[in-house]
Amino acid sequence: MYFETQKLSVGYHRQPLIKDIDIGIWQGGILCLIGPNGSGKSTILRSITRHLAKLGGVVTIGGGDLDKMSDKELARHVSVVLTDRVEPDLMTCWEVVAAGRYPYTNHFGKLSQEDQRIVEESMKRVNALDLREQRFTELSDGQKQRVLLARALCQQPEVIVLDEPTSYLDIRHKIELLNILREMTAGRGLSVVLSLHEVDLATKLADVVVLVKDNAIFRCGAPEDVLNDSIIRQLYGIHDGTFNLLLGSVELCGAAGNPRVFVVPGEGRGAPCFRALQKRGIPFATGILQRCDVDCAVSETLAARRYTADSFSPPASDTLRAAIAAACGSACVVDSGAAIGAYNQENMELLRAAAKAGVPILTLRREALKVLGAARRFDTVRALADEAARLVSTGKGGASCPSSGAISDAIAGTA
Amino acid sequence: MKQSTRNVVGFAVLAVLLAVLFYWNINTGSVHLSLERIFTLLRWGNDGSMEGNILWKIRLSRLLGAALLGGALSIAGFLLQTFFKNPIAGPFVLGISSGSRLFVGFFLLAATPIVTGNFSPYVIFLAAFAGALAAMALVLAVSSRVQNLAMLLVIGMMIGYICDAGTDFMITFAESNQLQNFTVWTMGSFSGLTWATLGASALITFPTVLLVFLLSKPLGAYLLGESYAKSMGVNIKGFRVALILLSSILSACVTAFAGPISFVGIAVPHITRMLFRTSRPMVLIPATFLTGSVFCLACDLIARTAFAPTELTISTVTSVLGAPVVIWLMIKRRRNS
Repeated sequence: MYFETQKLSVGYHRQPLIKDIDIGIWQGGILCLIGPNGSGKSTILRSITRHLAKLGGVVTIGGGDLDKMSDKELARHVSVVLTDRVEPDLMTCWEVVAAGRYPYTNHFGKLSQEDQRIVEESMKRVNALDLREQRFTELSDGQKQRVLLARALCQQPEVIVLDEPTSYLDIRHKIELLNILREMTAGRGLSVVLSLHEVDLATKLADVVVLVKDNAIFRCGAPEDVLNDSIIRQLYGIHDGTFNLLLGSVELCGAAGNPRVFVVPGEGRGAPCFRALQKRGIPFATGILQRCDVDCAVSETLAARRYTADSFSPPASDTLRAAIAAACGSACVVDSGAAIGAYNQENMELLRAAAKAGVPILTLRREALKVLGAARRFDTVRALADEAARLVSTGKGGASCPSSGAISDAIAGTA
Repeated sequence: MKQSTRNVVGFAVLAVLLAVLFYWNINTGSVHLSLERIFTLLRWGNDGSMEGNILWKIRLSRLLGAALLGGALSIAGFLLQTFFKNPIAGPFVLGISSGSRLFVGFFLLAATPIVTGNFSPYVIFLAAFAGALAAMALVLAVSSRVQNLAMLLVIGMMIGYICDAGTDFMITFAESNQLQNFTVWTMGSFSGLTWATLGASALITFPTVLLVFLLSKPLGAYLLGESYAKSMGVNIKGFRVALILLSSILSACVTAFAGPISFVGIAVPHITRMLFRTSRPMVLIPATFLTGSVFCLACDLIARTAFAPTELTISTVTSVLGAPVVIWLMIKRRRNS
């Protein structure tokens, strides 16, 4: 490992918070600390950069002990992008970036031709050259972060340490910043150590992730091997929702209770309906869901009940029967408009049975389906969900309480 | 305007203002001197005439003192603002001037019965320096517990009030003959400056300001905040100690020879930044010094002439001109945050 810590112990006021930290990254690699707020990520980073006195252990870079370096020597090896608010009145971006030449310039800080070239190049690499004459304090957060990164680059370090660099950035600027980091490491053999709030970004950016939880290193390794949905739930202590690593997104918990609405999902078209119902506090059931469908991942905590089938297979017959019974007993059935083909034609049977049982069918489907002659078509999810909410609250739905005979008829008709 | 052009214009304007104010200050009062006469007198020294005596014994030392100490005080304010990362810091509001005043007062009043005759200006400076450091230590001790910018100022002002109370207490119980010089001094004025005290202040101020100028590079890095400065290789501990010592020396020097002067330390660095539109210490340090000189020369002129023959204390004028600057700063800050 080019940059590593051995038995590093960090904390405040001589009280060790995290002990025996052994992490490292090779030249040109990206190491990312993730973990909940207050888990100690910043403490580790601040100890590495010597902003905080470490309480034991060694930090080395290329085999050299950081403790044996003067502040100026260290500055030539390690540079930082911090969370501190920077408000240098009247300074232009050029001046902010040029400040990074500090460890190389003479006593008066005079920039040589070479220094000026490096400043310019650093600004170019973060696409900030057009900002050079602008006042730093007048920039947007995304621009500021880029200029601060240019300043760190300008210091020509071997390792850049960034503390939550994406915190205040919108999606576009996050992507931009992370791309710059990737380019830097790939092209220059520069190593990056950073902490991130966004787990999904960490999986896409980092070569090594270090999971910090409750003041301890929880897991450590390549993100592809270390991270999965359940580890992340443990890491952040998530109880009332899910995090899906593949989707990189969070789902909240749906309304609990007996399902009042039945959603026929597929192709991810069910997801907006699920969320709209969840926001209106309506418990719902959904099926038939193929396990490989993205709707399956989304509905995990949103749906009150799910009827699933193995990937690319028809559902078990009792699953189908139970789903039809549930659909027929709902205040309404929502047809999300997903394509129906060889693997999920049972959904068609389900809709037909519900229609036959007199349950109102609300559909988002554009083209008319013969079996859904009576279905009411909606252009927006919102209008559909509002109507569903109305049906649930009035208890009307034609067959809000269908006779058991009707249901068994419907089931018999399909099976 | 390009920054380099702005710098040249800024310094040129300050130089012209300084020259005009020099002339004006020499010429204001009951005796008028022609420009030619001034040059002759400056060139050949005091010829013993009334004009010569007025120029050399009264006006020249006073105006040179105002220029020198005004510059020193402004630099002290600049350093304190950098140190506390607070635009409203200055030797007066932080109680440092009052600390000096208390110590000098104690020294003069307590020692007068024992020592007769005049004190060496350096001894008075040392008393003022000790007072400045004591007040500074108090401010630092309390401010390490509160991170709030406004609180820092409140603490500084409270420390100032405590010191002033101490000084007033001593004045109340002092013998009247001890007080004559002391009371004038304690109000703040450039009128008490003699060639001896002027020489001492020059010997203290110039090397200190030179040292401050040599700190331009770390001062520039410090603008990005302490953490960034450290990560760039600034020795933070040494730098902070240097800032405290240098600012205390400068404000103590001013207080020792001209008494406490309010608002110059806060207002001048900001006026300079507005003029030069930069925060580069290499430009700002000499510019702040010159602006401070111009500001204090102008204020002293007003103090002498506004209600002539009655003379105002210098703080009366600097407060009227400087306090609005502080109010403006507060409003601007509020709007930004």
